[in-house]
Amino acid sequence: MSEASNDPMVRPIPAPVVNLETQAFWDAAREGRFLIKRCVDCGKAHWYPRAICPYCASGETVWEESPGEGAIYTYSVMRRSQTGPYAIGYVTLDEGPAVLTNFLGVPPDALSIGLRVKVRFQDTDGGPPVPVFAPI
Amino acid sequence: MSIKGKAYIMGAFEHPLRDAPDKTTPQLHAECARGALADAGLTKDDIDGYFCAGDAPGFGALSMIDYMGLKNVRHLDSTETGGSSYIVHVGHAAEAIAAGKCSVALITLAGRPRQARGAGGRGGGFGEPAPEAGFENIYGGSTHNTYGMCAMRHMYEYGTTSEQLAWIKVAASHHAQWNEHAFLRDVVTVEDVISSRMISDPLHLLDCCVVTDGGGALIVTSPEIARSLNRPKVRVMGAGEAPKGPRGGLDLDLTHSGAVWSGPKAFGEAGVTPADIKYASIYDSFTITVLMQIEDLGFCAKGEGGRFVSDGNLISGVGKLPFNTDGGGLCNNHPTNRGGITKVIEAVRQLRGEAHPKVQVPNCDLAIAHGTGGSLGTRHGSATVILEREA
Repeated sequence: MSEASNDPMVRPIPAPVVNLETQAFWDAAREGRFLIKRCVDCGKAHWYPRAICPYCASGETVWEESPGEGAIYTYSVMRRSQTGPYAIGYVTLDEGPAVLTNFLGVPPDALSIGLRVKVRFQDTDGGPPVPVFAPI
Repeated sequence: MSIKGKAYIMGAFEHPLRDAPDKTTPQLHAECARGALADAGLTKDDIDGYFCAGDAPGFGALSMIDYMGLKNVRHLDSTETGGSSYIVHVGHAAEAIAAGKCSVALITLAGRPRQARGAGGRGGGFGEPAPEAGFENIYGGSTHNTYGMCAMRHMYEYGTTSEQLAWIKVAASHHAQWNEHAFLRDVVTVEDVISSRMISDPLHLLDCCVVTDGGGALIVTSPEIARSLNRPKVRVMGAGEAPKGPRGGLDLDLTHSGAVWSGPKAFGEAGVTPADIKYASIYDSFTITVLMQIEDLGFCAKGEGGRFVSDGNLISGVGKLPFNTDGGGLCNNHPTNRGGITKVIEAVRQLRGEAHPKVQVPNCDLAIAHGTGGSLGTRHGSATVILEREA
């Protein structure tokens, strides 16, 4: 699932912080599965994953596998970078929440708000792979 | 309880340095404190309240109170909202004074980002990673590209253009040319801004603020102390503060800032409206920061900011809303990557009639100082104060 190193939009990503609340997310990421958290009580999905629902404060939140598809809400191409330009932005998942991420597999000029994208996983430096997004 | 009219800004000092290789950060804090005390006509031992934020080194308020030898402090507050912290502190100082918890409050900011790039300090937490760290900090987010995301979305929703954003920098540069301490004093054009190199789309180099060493300090006092001092009296009329973040990701909205909440609180407390404001200090980490906040504070309708800031409308003596007449963070000073205190300082200069004659707003009796700390693209703290010159 790792990204081809010849994609100029790929930037090295450090190992993410993993903690008790998010261990299951990263374990699934190692298997190429993208999880989000949903609240059993209010039914809302949220991002980033928490043990306590940020909408209703319920402690009954559960993991749910997501196709990881959505549309670009906004983005910016960072040119002031020692590793070359890279794109950061938010994807609004079809389940609702917006996810901060990097975009791959697309030249900067082809990025646009509303573009449909899907999750992929990129290897990190010594940690689990992390979600990034590329055009569908 | 309201703070309206219950506290006064009686001392203000902006450190003249923009590059400080030969001074320490605590020293800069203390020099700013001395400057503000001298401005007010007070001494160190008059201080009984101290306010600082994440730029204060070591143990924050405790380290700095000890370093400066403040021996009469009975109220302290190290609220941290990034660059807007010091505007929050003005409101908190007024609250503490109104409640009788202190009568002479000192607020300081200082740092040396030019000497140790990236050491601006975010404060608090004792080294524990932020809860969002695993899902955000890995993507190369910076102030440039997270504000770039806001600008990109604003352009998408409202048709805002790079030329319109450039007018904000142009206006700041017109003011900075008169400020002998300003980091950038050259007047620039819209063409200069949009032809400067792209930093993070759609923000160009000249859409970004300067990086400077230095600092500033304020003295906020009770009405009784203010009456005893031989300085023009700048009355705190209203204050508001508001946090905003992605809030779980549903209905993400990067084109509005917390000013939509902090602004009405401050205006309401002061009993005035945006139309009454003669001078505006508006946080200017980037041009888009100014544009969004001008809209959110109600100086124009949402989405109209691009048209509002164009054609010199922010230039003193030219436009309807003179802003950041010191040159702001875009040209003058953004000490330790935090522009909140200089926003209050220039508002105080304007209300006292002590701004540079070329930019002084005639009969400037009512001003706003507004700031945003953190990032509009992720999570930020907005703070607004309304200040009035007492006749």
